[in-house]
Amino acid sequence: MSRAVRLLRFGPSGLLVELPSTAEVAAAYRTLCTARKDGRLTGVTELVPAARTVLVEVAGGGPVPVELIRAMLTDPPAPDAADPDAADQPAELLIPVHYDGADLDLVARTAELSVAEVVKLHSSAEYTVAFCGFAPGFGYLIGLPQTLRQARLDDSRPSVPAGSVAVAGEFSAVYPRSSPGGWRLLGHTDVVMFDPAADPPARLAPGDRVRFEPVR
Amino acid sequence: MPSAEPVPTRAVTVSRTGPLAVVTDLGRSGYAHIGVPRSGALDPAALRLANRLVGNPEGHAGLEVLLGGLELCAEVGVTVAVTGAPVPVRWYGRDGTRRAVDSHRAVHLRAGERLELGVLAAGLRCYLACSGGLDVPAELGSRSTDLLSGLGPAKLADGDRLALGTAGALPSDAGPVPVSVPPALVSVPVLLGPRDDWFADPAGALRGSLWTVGSASNRIGLRLSGAALTRVPERDGVELPSEPMLPGAVQVPPSGQPVVFLADGPTTGGYPVVGVIPEAALGALAQARPGDQVRFTPC
Repeated sequence: MSRAVRLLRFGPSGLLVELPSTAEVAAAYRTLCTARKDGRLTGVTELVPAARTVLVEVAGGGPVPVELIRAMLTDPPAPDAADPDAADQPAELLIPVHYDGADLDLVARTAELSVAEVVKLHSSAEYTVAFCGFAPGFGYLIGLPQTLRQARLDDSRPSVPAGSVAVAGEFSAVYPRSSPGGWRLLGHTDVVMFDPAADPPARLAPGDRVRFEPVR
Repeated sequence: MPSAEPVPTRAVTVSRTGPLAVVTDLGRSGYAHIGVPRSGALDPAALRLANRLVGNPEGHAGLEVLLGGLELCAEVGVTVAVTGAPVPVRWYGRDGTRRAVDSHRAVHLRAGERLELGVLAAGLRCYLACSGGLDVPAELGSRSTDLLSGLGPAKLADGDRLALGTAGALPSDAGPVPVSVPPALVSVPVLLGPRDDWFADPAGALRGSLWTVGSASNRIGLRLSGAALTRVPERDGVELPSEPMLPGAVQVPPSGQPVVFLADGPTTGGYPVVGVIPEAALGALAQARPGDQVRFTPC
């Protein structure tokens, strides 16, 4: 397995690992998380995946173990490390959704589908949390069916209600709390997506699997 | 049936907050992957010093006060210290007597005595530590107010009562620590990358301009204006997929005017980062006022 990995400096204590695809980012993120858990990557304070990159930040202003990380990400994985999922199964979450969003008709029209078909498509796909950002607990979910990949709204709403289930571009997401937002709203869920007092505080973490289920 | 005696709480009351006062400590680490910013004191060295002066561990929660103007009333005996930007401090006795006291040294308040911060003549933020630290509930390992994410306590309002933790070590009996006046021109190093190759002569462009601090700057980011950075032709109009961000990241939106991410900055962003300012240099930027100037030393 060879990966086209680029390593870019991110300040004195950070390293940005760039990969060609979100899938490879997910694999690299798993590799680095496992290495940290196994004690092979010490002093790391943050491991943060995004769309094409993973940020590694070490404590105390650096330095970053660049060559160690390069070796971990470019060497062919050992046979028993080839399937990191075997050791660390990603969490799976089923999110009940009331498909009553303000943009449901717009999404259906744009996709040239009926509302029922939009609901069926959105709730039958299997999603993976590619990364989090924008707000605590806001997960960018990949796996959205092609016809539901639609542009953001021309104008952002000043306030999107907490629990809103939405789509934009290649992603679907659930707004963990009320915030401004320009994604197209399909519905809402009563699941609390982020609670700082809960363990874990976020219902979604990078690598988790997600399905949506229509509430009747 | 014996009634439970209420546990007496040591506390202080913030009778006046000034323009903006928040509870702060050294922030939350290890949650960026679920979208939680670092937060914490924008000038951490100043908070650490304030804590040391009152005998606290450096990471105890204190107050970050924008521009001064805060008034604190002690309900119990408490040692306090004000650090950060130089600020006139006044002590008020229970009988209304008043006198000027030094910032940057430990001051003891007895119950009923008050401390008033004047208006900052230079710099932007001062810090106030109380012996025992502020005992507000921690969220994700920190008591810091995060103005972007809504974590930690809300920004303070006039009359807020803040519980104190148990005081440990004795306060410092040293005289006032020398105060450095924040300059109107701040020089900071910038380590180029990760996306310096998106810009034409990034080192020259960063070094070649004096950057003026914009009035929309806040705990989330420092907005700068100067001679706009331009992209190399092959990156012109190209959209960058969302990337992780950290405090200190110098992000360049299409306008070419950089934004320096500060403690409450989001954990991801969609514009290229031309360089990163080391953490140790960020405290100086936290004291830069709108209209002040920043000089970058790219390396």
